[in-house]
Amino acid sequence: MVPASWYMLLAAVLFVIGTIGALTRRNGISIFLSIELMLNAVNLLLVAYSRQLGDPTGQVIVFFVLAVAAAEAAVGLALFIAIFRHGHTIDVNRMNLMRW
Amino acid sequence: MELAVFILFALGALVSSLVVVTHRNPVYATMSLVLTLVCVAALFLMLGAPFIATLQVLIYTGAIVVLFLFVIMLLNIQREEHAAPSSGIQRWAAIFSALVFAGLLLGLFWRAHGGDPAQPALTEEQVSLTTLARLLFTEYMLPFQAIGLLLLAGVVAATSLARRPDGRLTSPDQELAHAPGDAPRAEEAP
Repeated sequence: MVPASWYMLLAAVLFVIGTIGALTRRNGISIFLSIELMLNAVNLLLVAYSRQLGDPTGQVIVFFVLAVAAAEAAVGLALFIAIFRHGHTIDVNRMNLMRW
Repeated sequence: MELAVFILFALGALVSSLVVVTHRNPVYATMSLVLTLVCVAALFLMLGAPFIATLQVLIYTGAIVVLFLFVIMLLNIQREEHAAPSSGIQRWAAIFSALVFAGLLLGLFWRAHGGDPAQPALTEEQVSLTTLARLLFTEYMLPFQAIGLLLLAGVVAATSLARRPDGRLTSPDQELAHAPGDAPRAEEAP
């Protein structure tokens, strides 16, 4: 039996890898991929806690997180299509329309 | 045996997630994300969550990643250009603060749960579709409805954001390039 703390450590490392990606990448799509990684790490943590506490509620919350991730991806990608149409780039460094 | 399988999938998830955040070609990064998601789905199975593992494969790799690939190919995104000179220090600062964050998270989890004995996986009956559905449709009915509303709002927002305000398929300057009367074609590269 693998202890739940190992899953938690793995989830923490995955979350941090996603954070590094979201902070350092400049391509909008790559930033989104990193955010999906972070969401997935949280899902892993929720399922690990669900086993550790013997409570299936954690799995129900993962269901909600999945739905939110799907909505977020759809809206975010539509936003990037609109931005690309406006400036022909999705490099976040070059998006300065609203910069003061 | 279980430890070996855990290490295999954990290493797979770690390596492929590193590829996701480091690869410059977004298509390879997305395919690597698929590998990460499948590895994590296998970990869900090991944790005794077959329903969540199925959802992960169906929704994430089946729908979300396909959406990503579709947008990457629609926008014809090339590899990321080299970093601007000013972003070098930003990158190292980001990596440093992420490492500090990782240390904090790992220390926190280890102190809180490091010595906990492993609990047995939830029983078949506890994670059966019937139990989860009963939880979802009684105790969590309101969040469930809210999620439905959120998805509907997401669909409406995505459709209205991604379409052109004037309802045409191509931009006006592209149409000028064609002969008048030429049918507008969306796949023409700008």
